[in-house]
Amino acid sequence: MKIKERTYLLDRLWELQNARGYLGDADILQAAAEFGISPVDVEGVTGFYHFFHRQPTGKYTIYLNNSILSWFHGFDRVKAAFEKETGAAIGGTDPTGTFGFFETSCIGLSDREPAALINFHPFTKLTPQKVKRIINGLKDGKSPAELADTVEEKVQYKPEEDKTILLRDFEPGKAIEKLKEYSPDQVVDMIKEAGLSGRGGAFFPTGMKWEFARKAKGTVKYIVCNADEGEPGTFKDRALLNLLPGLLIEGMIVAGYAVGATEGIIYLRAEYTWLLPKLNAALQDYRQKGYLGQSIKGLGKYKFDIRVQLGAGAYICGEETALLESLEGKRGEPRLKNVFPTDKGFLGKPTVINNVETFCAAARIIELGVEKFKGLGTEKSTGTKLLSIAGDCKRPGLYEIEWGIRLGELLDLCGAEDTKYIQMSGPSGELISVEERERVISLEDIRCGGSVMIFNKQRDLFTILQNFSRFFTYESCGLCTPCRAGNPQLLHMIERMMQGKAAPGDVEKALQWSAIVKHNSRCGLGQTAPNSLEQAIQKFPHLFKKKLVRDDNFNREFSLEKATEAYNILTHGKG
Amino acid sequence: MAKGKKEVTIILDGKSIKCREGENLLKVAQANEVFIPALCYFDHVDPPLGTCRVCTVKVKGKYTAGCQVNAKEGLEVEVMTPELLDHRKAVVEMLFTEGNHICPLCEKSGKCVLQALGYEMGMETPRFPYTFPNRVIDYKPKHIIMENHRCIQCKRCVEDVFTDEGKPVFYFQQRGKETFVAVDYEQEAKLSYEQAHRAMEICPVGTILLKEDTVETPGFRKYDKVPISEKLPEKEAKHQQEISPAEVKKKVVATVSLAGCFGCHMSMLDMDLNLLDLIEVVSFNRSPFTDIKEFTQRCDVGLIEGGCCSDENVEVLRKFRESCDILVSVGACAINGNLPALRNWMPLEQTLREAYLETPTIDTTALIPHHEDLPKILDKVYPCHEVVKIDYFIPGCPPGGDHIYKVVQNLLFGTDFKVPYEEFKYD
Repeated sequence: MKIKERTYLLDRLWELQNARGYLGDADILQAAAEFGISPVDVEGVTGFYHFFHRQPTGKYTIYLNNSILSWFHGFDRVKAAFEKETGAAIGGTDPTGTFGFFETSCIGLSDREPAALINFHPFTKLTPQKVKRIINGLKDGKSPAELADTVEEKVQYKPEEDKTILLRDFEPGKAIEKLKEYSPDQVVDMIKEAGLSGRGGAFFPTGMKWEFARKAKGTVKYIVCNADEGEPGTFKDRALLNLLPGLLIEGMIVAGYAVGATEGIIYLRAEYTWLLPKLNAALQDYRQKGYLGQSIKGLGKYKFDIRVQLGAGAYICGEETALLESLEGKRGEPRLKNVFPTDKGFLGKPTVINNVETFCAAARIIELGVEKFKGLGTEKSTGTKLLSIAGDCKRPGLYEIEWGIRLGELLDLCGAEDTKYIQMSGPSGELISVEERERVISLEDIRCGGSVMIFNKQRDLFTILQNFSRFFTYESCGLCTPCRAGNPQLLHMIERMMQGKAAPGDVEKALQWSAIVKHNSRCGLGQTAPNSLEQAIQKFPHLFKKKLVRDDNFNREFSLEKATEAYNILTHGKG
Repeated sequence: MAKGKKEVTIILDGKSIKCREGENLLKVAQANEVFIPALCYFDHVDPPLGTCRVCTVKVKGKYTAGCQVNAKEGLEVEVMTPELLDHRKAVVEMLFTEGNHICPLCEKSGKCVLQALGYEMGMETPRFPYTFPNRVIDYKPKHIIMENHRCIQCKRCVEDVFTDEGKPVFYFQQRGKETFVAVDYEQEAKLSYEQAHRAMEICPVGTILLKEDTVETPGFRKYDKVPISEKLPEKEAKHQQEISPAEVKKKVVATVSLAGCFGCHMSMLDMDLNLLDLIEVVSFNRSPFTDIKEFTQRCDVGLIEGGCCSDENVEVLRKFRESCDILVSVGACAINGNLPALRNWMPLEQTLREAYLETPTIDTTALIPHHEDLPKILDKVYPCHEVVKIDYFIPGCPPGGDHIYKVVQNLLFGTDFKVPYEEFKYD
């Protein structure tokens, strides 16, 4: 038997899991044999990704989103309804093995929460009644695909026609037509000149990244699209994949042409499996039109093709080096930062990794010209930015804004009322008070990666912090101490405060512990996980003060009643 | 790797140091007698693993793992600032609370790098609460036992143990705080005795233990006398003031043994002649020494041995908190539960069933003891500071009599003291 290339391990595991509903011991052994690796190695991979299961998950596998927006919009009711209708308690299956019910981190449907995936088809704006209808439908033999909701993208705002970059009318092939006017070096220069920076939220200058990769030694180079949009609250890449898959493809062709790469890979998060048919159709369409494949129309001998790699559930894989590891069929553990992917990336070859929106913007720069893009925005942040706005506002959805918009203006646009907190760029971003309306969304001030979550005055800050901290604790890859062991301690501290059991001095402790996790963690996950807690303490100190007990001689967290409960039950009535 | 490279000058905490370009900062520091601690670093694994994060330093104001820094001309590194020292200590403390590290019963005690770092950094008790995770010990491999309670996920074994055929033996499993190291039994069986022994040696803690010989040199304890930094803390010959009984008002001390073995009390008696000095200036109130069962007056200091395993322990401890100005946790049991806490990662029911209902020696009338006069067993053994506020901690199992004497003297009379390295132990 020919040993398979490890890069296809995730694909193969998906095949095996889809056939059986879970990965049995035999599947693990089979994959190990096919790939010529240890079964323990395979298990190490399956255990890393939360959508791979070693136990049966039912004929219908339900994943209910547990992000903060889902919590605030009825998670508990919907969870209870699912448990009642399916007979499966969360985390397992019903006795007949028909339904499996699990909670999962944000699935990119924040503008229509609570939302769930059933066999990876989207179900949105769930209510107990709707859950009942869905489960009855499944019991009646309808398929999840038939019952699923169509995710129609709501473009709530874009600037006037000539200032809109991404969400303007799209004519397939236009960027590629333009591309032939420029040499690869010119393309790199154009992207540099336009001032485009990474739209995933790190804002690394895209032109510089492409230049590194272009200059890197080697004939085999890769273009990788990071479509692993996992930051809770964000769905702008989903919208682009849903509305403009062609624009993304063209952006990747532009990058490939500029860098000298012949292969592109889209790393699509498993939560967006429902977008896969659309994406594949678009790729097929481009191949048929001669824009992808052995030669690209108008670009002479240049060849380039794109494949899609499905993830398997791990927020950390949105970190570019973890994504590379995952592409290589391994556990998604971030690499060390001493080597750039543009030198040694996928399989050790020079690799450009950009976010969906970055590629789309690059295609538009080629299509519309550098001046157009550069003329928009602020000095440090040129062009426009897609924001996904959700939470307590009248008009959740997709917003294309020109960089430089004031926060207050944005809140008015989306119909935010009674606002108290705004979480920009997701849990790893910045917690902002409504008092900060004058602040500006731009690289000079609020660097927003795309997620905007709005919370009104009724929302409890501690619940928000608890949700975020749980998320990071669950999604930490476990490789470095501060993130793996520190996040659970921060979560514990937040919950101690919520219960009103925190001692004087605990707020200072929380700040100190936050700094420790932040400064000592290996990658961005741990380095940003304590952000919201830190900012909450700085911006709303009075809320924290209220949670502290006055006298700390006795630890309030310890309850004698609770500690003796188990013994009392064991010896009940016999004492 | 650094050989033949040109010489460069770097600045460590303001001090100029010459070294080879590209040389790893940890090695440069070591060569210059600056100790940057690390748990995952090996000089032959390149690039370094960078997992433990104990070696964090600051370069140009930015935090980074020291093992990730290579020397280049003009590099300026902050290493020993109070902030960085505290962060390193915090990371070590996280590791102590994340797993189940019960030094007195660990085969590696005295040779464990984590423990040695605890000593080096003067960790009396971690600032974080203990988590007592339930982990599984793997006895199945041919040569080794995986004592996962102690694993710190440094990844050394995963990255550096191979069979003769070059196959790995250890693999990370799961994610986040559930991460653990699993063994490929088939490959592990192919390891030679020497290779398996090396696996045990490179494990910085007591996770990988060799079945064939666990303690190769009984009594050999690498870090007992000499710290891991090889720098003995300077013993300042601060003269201990003589306390003349006439000058001071007698202070009142109380002591108690909760879920402990009275070993710490025995250790207090080990003060020998010091005890005679002590009773000149202190009187004992509630204490097994006096057999006084209830407080008859307010006390200056309460010394607590043992953690809390029953409701009675909790009541007594709370009474001590109310009745004493200063409370000191004396010994490992009071600090982290220690041996009695071995049941902490199992449900109480399992422990009691095993002890009273399912052992081979019970008869048909077996039951879990319960009576209104009997204390109620808690769901787990609690370190004292998780029940009441504890002001000071004296680690050790037991701490030496001298150590206790010095701390008590200092607390009561403000006398200067220094605990020598070899007296500060967790076992």
